Amino acid sequence: MTVIPQESAPPSPPGALEWIRKNLFSTWYNGLLTIAGGTLVYFSLINIITWVFKTADWRPITVAPLLYLVGQYPREELWRAGISMLMITFLVGMSWGVWKRYVRSFAIFLGILLAFLAVFPLETPTITRPIRVFMLINPFLIYLGYRIGRTRRVQGRHVVTLWLVALLLIPLVILPGFNNSSLLPKVPTTVWGGLLITLLLSVGGIVLSFPFGILLALGRRSSLPVVRLFSIFFIETVRAVPLVTILFMFSVILALFLPTEARIDRVIRALMGIVVFSAAYTAENVRGGLQAIPMGQVEAAKALGLKNFHTTGLIVLPQALRLVIPNIVGQFISLFKDTTLVYIVGINDLLGIGNAVLNLNPEYVRLQMEVYLFIAVIFWIFSYFMSYASLQLEKALGVGER
Amino acid sequence: MVTDEYSSKVIPIWRDERVLKAVAQIISSIIVFAIIYWAINNFIEITQQRGMPLTYGFLNEAAGFPIAESFIPYDSTMSFGRAVLVGLVNTLVVSAVGIVLATVIGFIVGLARLSSNWLISRIALIYIEFHRNIPLLVLLFLWYFGVFNKLPAVKQSIALPGFLYINQRGFYIIWPQLAEGGALFVAFVVAGFVLAIITWVVLRRIREVKGKETHYGWVSLGVLILVPLIGWFVSGGEPILLDAPVLKGFNFKGGLRLTPEFTALLIGLAMYTAAFIAEVFRAGILAVQKGQIEAARAVGLGYSQILSLIIVPQAMRVIIPPLISQYLNLTKNTSLALAIGYQELFAIGKVTINQAGRAVTVFILIMAIYLIISLLTSLVLNIYNKRVQFIER
Repeated sequence: MTVIPQESAPPSPPGALEWIRKNLFSTWYNGLLTIAGGTLVYFSLINIITWVFKTADWRPITVAPLLYLVGQYPREELWRAGISMLMITFLVGMSWGVWKRYVRSFAIFLGILLAFLAVFPLETPTITRPIRVFMLINPFLIYLGYRIGRTRRVQGRHVVTLWLVALLLIPLVILPGFNNSSLLPKVPTTVWGGLLITLLLSVGGIVLSFPFGILLALGRRSSLPVVRLFSIFFIETVRAVPLVTILFMFSVILALFLPTEARIDRVIRALMGIVVFSAAYTAENVRGGLQAIPMGQVEAAKALGLKNFHTTGLIVLPQALRLVIPNIVGQFISLFKDTTLVYIVGINDLLGIGNAVLNLNPEYVRLQMEVYLFIAVIFWIFSYFMSYASLQLEKALGVGER
Repeated sequence: MVTDEYSSKVIPIWRDERVLKAVAQIISSIIVFAIIYWAINNFIEITQQRGMPLTYGFLNEAAGFPIAESFIPYDSTMSFGRAVLVGLVNTLVVSAVGIVLATVIGFIVGLARLSSNWLISRIALIYIEFHRNIPLLVLLFLWYFGVFNKLPAVKQSIALPGFLYINQRGFYIIWPQLAEGGALFVAFVVAGFVLAIITWVVLRRIREVKGKETHYGWVSLGVLILVPLIGWFVSGGEPILLDAPVLKGFNFKGGLRLTPEFTALLIGLAMYTAAFIAEVFRAGILAVQKGQIEAARAVGLGYSQILSLIIVPQAMRVIIPPLISQYLNLTKNTSLALAIGYQELFAIGKVTINQAGRAVTVFILIMAIYLIISLLTSLVLNIYNKRVQFIER
């Protein structure tokens, strides 16, 4: 008969007091630091809470919340922005169903936020009942997308395709409309604004810069000296100068180098600047991935008789891109933040709308803190969830461990 | 024979790799140069219509616009070239001070993040996450319009009497001024500094070669203190006067004045960059393997020796490259000052374009200056990197 040796019970989890002693008061100076830090946190919290709920005057935001979302987009055409939003929330839900934990926290947060906004008691005529009902549809759509995305038939590539279709459809068809259309009348980009522009420029920037970035990265590693020199010159020049100068170049200088009759839309010009800027950084990220692929992979592909084009496209690039996904997400976050600079060249992105609201109404002249904090919170939420997803991705890919 | 048959086959031209490569290069150059040629042609057409030649002669003409803040003498009768120089100096000053400030804050926050104290580590985390997820431009607006614009009027200054006054017009800080014999004292300080470094290097070398204890640290510290002290007495005992700001009429006189624009930019930039630098420091310190420290303990090194001989040199190797790139980011980000009214290189470039009407020439000049700053920095970085990299085989 075998006797199972009696194991001593695992140590019971440390109690709260034990935890406090160990993590806050381990030494006398740690104790002092804890007391000092605790006091700081306590008084900051009290101050912040009284400011937010008592002192602060949130009128610049509550009076016209739609401005921050879509800018001056004509209110009778607002349904088009609404449709776009429905498409996006549905796709967020589907992404949640397919990619699970990378999107989960963002999808749930978005749903709760929209539901909260739908019932938030704002006394302003601009938020009508249909808008509230519309807001309330979104969370359900996210859930619907999630249920559909979870089924086995739906795969990642389907969702990616749908995203691409939506990303083409929204900025090219739904929002701008056509000149002689009664259903979708033309809405010039001059009235677009707010979060709409911010998202459009950042998503458009990263998606469009991606192919250019890959080409530049390949060009920089090319065996053709001329191509390599062009690529290096482009990448290093763009990376050496601030984004403001590039935006300025595209918004002011570019017109001098085009035929006089060519007129490019203001927003497109800003987007071009962002794409050029972003492509140089994407190129460097991708190059990092390319360098990490061992030569053996290329040699093996050559031994199998693959041509250069196929070696790069089927063997090297897929592996390299997988390696640099976290970096690309990081780059996207900084690009998302950098889109605020388009305000300097006169485009009404989120920040531009904030400034316009402040400047238009003399009553709001001392309320900058409220407006900018509101904008900061919006940016913070988006960036935070993206970096969270990137962190999860990094763990899953095990990039940090190699 | 088989091999002969194989080698005698002539590769057709369209499949010869050398030919293909040459053709590819020629075609790509033709495309690029054709685009450039087309753009320049358009440009010449437009400039001929508007009459703005591509020359830099206008840089000698009078600028005719004032600059609110300048670290070198300037007034609006001086030339455009001088104005651009003022902008460059403004950029460099705010970058240099910002880099020092950001490094100090970043170091402290990075250490706090690594602290075993849960609360301190969390506070540092909140600081980092707050700054990393908000656009710098929004942060600058928050500082400038949200904080500095709401400072009290001159009469109600927030004051640390005699030392510091904070009001709408900026920061007034007590500041040392060179008195009679001040130059002599400064010379002594510099000499002391140089001598201390020489002593350090020489004595340390002796210690390393002969193995004799030379106390190089203490000796050079002594030199560093003693030589300026002698200078203090030689120059008459009062080489430096402290110039305190005094309220005279409606404004403060004396001391060092920092404008709200400068201070808001400086604080916003430094605190933003510090969040990134904190992460750089943290990563660097975490990159030193635990085994290194244990091995150092096993051979009997003391705590300060482990720190200075094992941890810091290895951590520095990881820290320096991203640190420099953060410095470069900070320098480039000074261009956002335009939005809050501090006139640095880009802002002055923009005014110059409006005044002189030479958009392209001024623009090329500004880009070239940024390019030079950036290239110089990467040059220094590469030299340093070569020196500290592991030489494995």
